[in-house]
Amino acid sequence: MLNSFMSYLHSTVTPGEAGNQLWALIYVLIIFAGVSLTVMWLINWVERKALAHFQVRLGPMRVGPHGLLQPFADALKLMLKEDIIPAEADQLIFWIAPVIGLLAAFTVYTVIPFGPSQAVSDMNIGILFMLGVSSLGVLGIVTAGWASNSHYPLIGALRSSAQMVSYEVAMGLAVVSAILMTSLNSTGTGTLSMIGIVRAQQEQHVWFLFKFFPLGFIAFVIFAIAMVAETNRAPFDLPEAESELTAGFHTEYSGLRWSLFMLAEYAAMMAVSSIAVTMWLGGWMRPFPNLLHGPAWELIFSLFPGLSFAAFAGFAFIGTVRMPKHSFFKVQRIGLGIFALVLAFIALVLFVIAIAGRNADTSIAASFREGIDYVYWFLMKIAVFMYLFIWYRATWPRYRFDQLMRVGWKVMLPISLGVLILTAIVGVLV
Amino acid sequence: MNPVVNSAVNAAAANVGAAPVGTPYFFYGLAAVAILSGLLVITRRNAVHSALALIVTLLSVAGLYLMLYAPFVAGVQIIVYAGGIMVLFLFVIMLVNIERVSKERQFNRIWPVGLVASCLLLALFIGAFAKGRDLLPKNPVPQLSEGINTQQIASALYGDAGRMGQYTFAFEIASLLLLVAILGAVIMTKKKI
Repeated sequence: MLNSFMSYLHSTVTPGEAGNQLWALIYVLIIFAGVSLTVMWLINWVERKALAHFQVRLGPMRVGPHGLLQPFADALKLMLKEDIIPAEADQLIFWIAPVIGLLAAFTVYTVIPFGPSQAVSDMNIGILFMLGVSSLGVLGIVTAGWASNSHYPLIGALRSSAQMVSYEVAMGLAVVSAILMTSLNSTGTGTLSMIGIVRAQQEQHVWFLFKFFPLGFIAFVIFAIAMVAETNRAPFDLPEAESELTAGFHTEYSGLRWSLFMLAEYAAMMAVSSIAVTMWLGGWMRPFPNLLHGPAWELIFSLFPGLSFAAFAGFAFIGTVRMPKHSFFKVQRIGLGIFALVLAFIALVLFVIAIAGRNADTSIAASFREGIDYVYWFLMKIAVFMYLFIWYRATWPRYRFDQLMRVGWKVMLPISLGVLILTAIVGVLV
Repeated sequence: MNPVVNSAVNAAAANVGAAPVGTPYFFYGLAAVAILSGLLVITRRNAVHSALALIVTLLSVAGLYLMLYAPFVAGVQIIVYAGGIMVLFLFVIMLVNIERVSKERQFNRIWPVGLVASCLLLALFIGAFAKGRDLLPKNPVPQLSEGINTQQIASALYGDAGRMGQYTFAFEIASLLLLVAILGAVIMTKKKI
């Protein structure tokens, strides 16, 4: 066991390719724990705080300093809440629906390339697998709406399935135009593998966002719109439109089951964001790898993970200092101070790794530094998308259903078809 | 981990792309799931339950394609059938009043005919298998590399390096046929376009 544990440490391929089940299991556990914690704590908190500030409110302030512990309190509340199954509901399907959504949302993480070797596996059909399995997520919503045996959930489910089918077409065509770009190499053979797509961008020295300038950008914008519709987020959140359908497909759900829906929704948001990052934003690559290269720039860019943790620590310290001088806030003050110290310690560790592994050799420190860099840049790009999701929600009013269908079929579909054809033509010409 | 498993892990790490261990077990498991859920599809009175069982069947068939070293077909099976067509099926079925349908007596009594027909089909399959056994390849699972499956399908369908592929013409005809079907459906449902 130790043998197979140590033998992988210098590997440059994913555990799936290396056939190393132990490390594959470790990766799966890290991803599952990481995504669950990020969704449950970080994104939940950021969304509530950001939405509150958009609307000139404070948001959660009471549980923990600046409401940092509010998500944990909520999770505890949801776990202790009574789990109600309506008497007229279809028991089995009602029970199974959130699980379908959660399975579909988490299964796609097996192929997401956080780095060239930081993925559970690299499939030949990576992007196809991701689109297919994430489209299974709608089955959870549809079955939930139907099994509740109630009007609003059923309408939510119907809306969701119609919306999903409409936007998947434009989404798929946008992805195909990016896949076409991967074939612009000496052999003329493209790839569907997620790692292969990022490698293609690396070889062509350009993110596909900027390839054939407006074309790649338009395809990206189409995907970015379709992915909001696909994950049922505002302004396309008609399946759960609270002003019309109470809570849409999850009206009858409560307690832990409801929180499974939330977990699945946010995990799916991160999954589709990572498709966008992989296809158009260069995946794990840091910004300007061609323009700013050399050992000095490498060192500067590898300091970024530490710097961002140092910045978080700085914010936490400022919060500690600015806490009102009243005995009521003493506990919060100590807690925030400890939190800041923990963040500062993480930043210190990251700095040490970045400096210890600055020589691009085969030492453990160097491979650690590389791995941290890859994962950091990938996660930063995902974080931008997650913030955009929140920003959209605060900014745009909800579409009406006929508008949604019109945008999907009459605007996005023709544009994405046109972009696909133009990409093919330009690709043949150059 | 005991030494036997450990050596198996190392062996798997050593020769990537060799036949995976436990293939028959996966095959029988997936086949059993496919058959059981297929039976559920025709025995459930509730149409939504049937549709969900059909999704399970389709997914396990996708798993069988994976076992045959055809990941592309498996991916397309998931994205087209399980993700696309079955969602539309459910969409339609949910608009039907299940309560009334499940209480209604079936007025067509054709199940004996169906039984005879399916038994005949089964007999045909068994007969074809028994007669043509010698025609089947000796090694049923060809040791293909799944790493280039998609590229192989592409060159069979679209050709390679300027040459027309083996199935290019048939493929284009089929896509044209589907386009005609789509346009026909649109024209039949929309009086005014």
